[in-house]
Amino acid sequence: MTTVEREDVLDRLLLRESVEEFFSAEYDLLDRRDLSAWIALFADGVSYRVPLQRNVKFDQQDKENMLGDLDTAWFADTKDTLVARVEQLQTGVHWAEEPVSRSAHLVTNVRILDRSPERGPADTVRTRCRILVYRNRLEREVDLFVGIREDTLRRRDASWEIVERTVFLEQNVLLAKNLTLFF
Amino acid sequence: MPTYVDRERGLVSREIFVDEEVYRLEQERIFCKQWLFIGHASQIPNPGDFFSSRMGEESVLLVRGKDGKARVFLNSCRHRGMKVCRYDEGNTPILTCPYHGWSYGLEGALIGVPRFKQDYDSELDRTQYGLLEARACDHKGMIWATWNFEGPDFYEFMGDMLPFHDSMLEATDGSDDEMEVLPGVQKWVVPCNWKFPAENSIGDHHHGVSHVSVELVGIGPGGRGSTRHGEAGSYKPLAMTGFPKTGHGSRGGGPNPNAVPRYPFPPFSDPATEAWHRAAWERHQINKPGQRPSWDRYGNGGNIFPNMNYHTRFPRTIMVAHPHGPTTCEMWRWFLVDKSMPFEVKQFFRSYFLRYSGPGGLTEQDDMENWTYATQASRGAIARRLPYNLQMGLGHTTESDEPLHGARYSGGFMSETNAMVFYGRWQELMDAAGNDPSVPNIADRAAARR
Repeated sequence: MTTVEREDVLDRLLLRESVEEFFSAEYDLLDRRDLSAWIALFADGVSYRVPLQRNVKFDQQDKENMLGDLDTAWFADTKDTLVARVEQLQTGVHWAEEPVSRSAHLVTNVRILDRSPERGPADTVRTRCRILVYRNRLEREVDLFVGIREDTLRRRDASWEIVERTVFLEQNVLLAKNLTLFF
Repeated sequence: MPTYVDRERGLVSREIFVDEEVYRLEQERIFCKQWLFIGHASQIPNPGDFFSSRMGEESVLLVRGKDGKARVFLNSCRHRGMKVCRYDEGNTPILTCPYHGWSYGLEGALIGVPRFKQDYDSELDRTQYGLLEARACDHKGMIWATWNFEGPDFYEFMGDMLPFHDSMLEATDGSDDEMEVLPGVQKWVVPCNWKFPAENSIGDHHHGVSHVSVELVGIGPGGRGSTRHGEAGSYKPLAMTGFPKTGHGSRGGGPNPNAVPRYPFPPFSDPATEAWHRAAWERHQINKPGQRPSWDRYGNGGNIFPNMNYHTRFPRTIMVAHPHGPTTCEMWRWFLVDKSMPFEVKQFFRSYFLRYSGPGGLTEQDDMENWTYATQASRGAIARRLPYNLQMGLGHTTESDEPLHGARYSGGFMSETNAMVFYGRWQELMDAAGNDPSVPNIADRAAARR
C-alpha cells in the first residue's frame, strides 16, 4: 500500500469513526431523555421523514416507499414540528408518555455513501445505517422498531448537524399503537 | 342477547369491550349488516385500478371495472380461499390467484381455471364461482359497501346524517369541485376494542384533559401556539346531534336559519394558504350567496355507525376502526383536500394533518394511550361488573323535529348524548337475533342481485 493509499484509508476510517461517534452520542441523548440537547443537533432547515411503505408488485418496488411531497406519512417533519414534539414530551402532561417510556436506541452498519465537497467548511456526508429501537412502556408494553435510516450530515464545528433524515421502518401496518419516540 | 346498554340510566357494560362472545356476535350482527366505508374514488381513478380495504375483519378489494364502475369483492379465492390480491393498490387487467391460478375479471367473474378441459372435464360451473361481490354505493366519491343484500339502501342507512357527512366533501369555495384523498393510508394496530376509537369522535366535547399537552404546545393551522382545530373565524355551536334510528352522531347542530355568513376560516401560518382561502371565500359568496359553508353549519365531525368517523375541517380526515379481536383494532386514516387546491396549499394541509393525526400525531397519540389502558383496566372479573358512566347531559337533551326528526339534540352544553345514541343502536342491532346472514347462501343472494 502506498503512502497516498494509506492516507486515503486512514482518512475514510477517521470520517466513519467521527460519524459513528456522532450517531452513538445522539442516541445516547435520546435514551437519557436529554431532548433539549438532542433537538439542538438538527439543522434549522432539517427534513425528517418516516414514510409509509406499501405492498407493491415486483416491478414497482420503486413505489414501495411513499416519499412523494403530498404522500401521507408517519412523520414529515420540519425543525418546527420536531421542536413541537420535544416540547410536548417536556410538558409532563403528555399522557401517552407519562410516566415516560424506557427506550434503548441501537445504531449499526453505518456506511458513508458519499461526501462533498471534500473537507471544505461545508463538508457534507450522506450515510446509511440500520437502527433498532426498543421501547418499554409501563409494565408489559414493548415495541421493537427495526429500520433503515438515511442521513445527510453537515459539519458543525468539530462535529456534525443533521440536515436530512429518512427512516424506513420496514412495516406496512404500523405494529405500535403510537409513535411518541424518535428514530 | 343480554342487555348491556342501559339507556335510561346512561350506563354501558364493560363486557362489550372485552368479551370474546360479544365480539363474535358483533361480526355477524353489525359488521355483516351495516354499510361500511371502503375507500375513496380518487384512489382508483382508472379502469383496472384497485385498492385493498377491509370490511370488519374481512379483506376486500375495491376495483374499478372497464365499465368505470367501482365494485367491492371479498378478497378470497372461491377455490381454496387464498387472498386473490396481496398488494395494497395498483392496476391490473385481471385478478389471478397465486395458489392454483383461478382468474377473475375486473367485474368479478371467474374467467380462467387452469386445466378446465383436461382435469375438470369442462364440468365446473364457472358462472357460480365469481368473487363474492358486496352491495356497494359510490356517494359523491365515497365508496361504501355492505353484505346486507336485502336491508336498507345507503341513503336510508345514512338518514338525516347525510348532510352532516357531506359537509366534509364540500369544496372550500362552495363550488362543485371534487375533493381527493392524499396518497397513502395510515394503518396501525391499537390494543383496544374498536368501539373506543369509533365512539371517540362522536362528541363528548370534553377532550381538553386528554389533549392538554398538545394545546400547551400549539400545532394548529395558525402555526406554533395556535389551537389544534384552528381559531374559528365564525360561530361554532357547542352542540351534539345523535340519531337513535341509525346510531350516527355529529359534533354540531343543524343549520341555524338566523346565522349570518361571515369569513369562516382560521388564520393560516402560510401566506399562500391564507391568500387562497381569502380568494375561496370571495368565490363562495358568488357560488352560495348568503350561505355559510355546510361544514360551518353542521359541525366539525362525527361518527357513522358503526366504525367510520370523520372531521369535516381542521383537520379534514376519515378514520375507520376495523375490529381485529375483542381487545385489538386496526385504525385506518385518510386525509382529504380539495382537488383544485394548488400544490403548496395541499402541502400545507398535509403538514398540519400529520402533526395532528395518526400514531405520530401530537393530538392522537394520547387517545391510543387512554383506550389501551381503559381496555386493560376493564378486563378483570371485578372491573367487568362496573358499567361505564355516560350520564353527562342525560335527561337534558331535546328531541329535534323537522328537519332532523327524531334526533337527540343537546345545544349549548356538553353531553354524552351521542355516545349513548351509539350504544343504544349497538344494543338494538345485537338484539336482532335470528337476523344473522346465513353463510351458505350469501353467495346466492349476491348472485341474485346481479
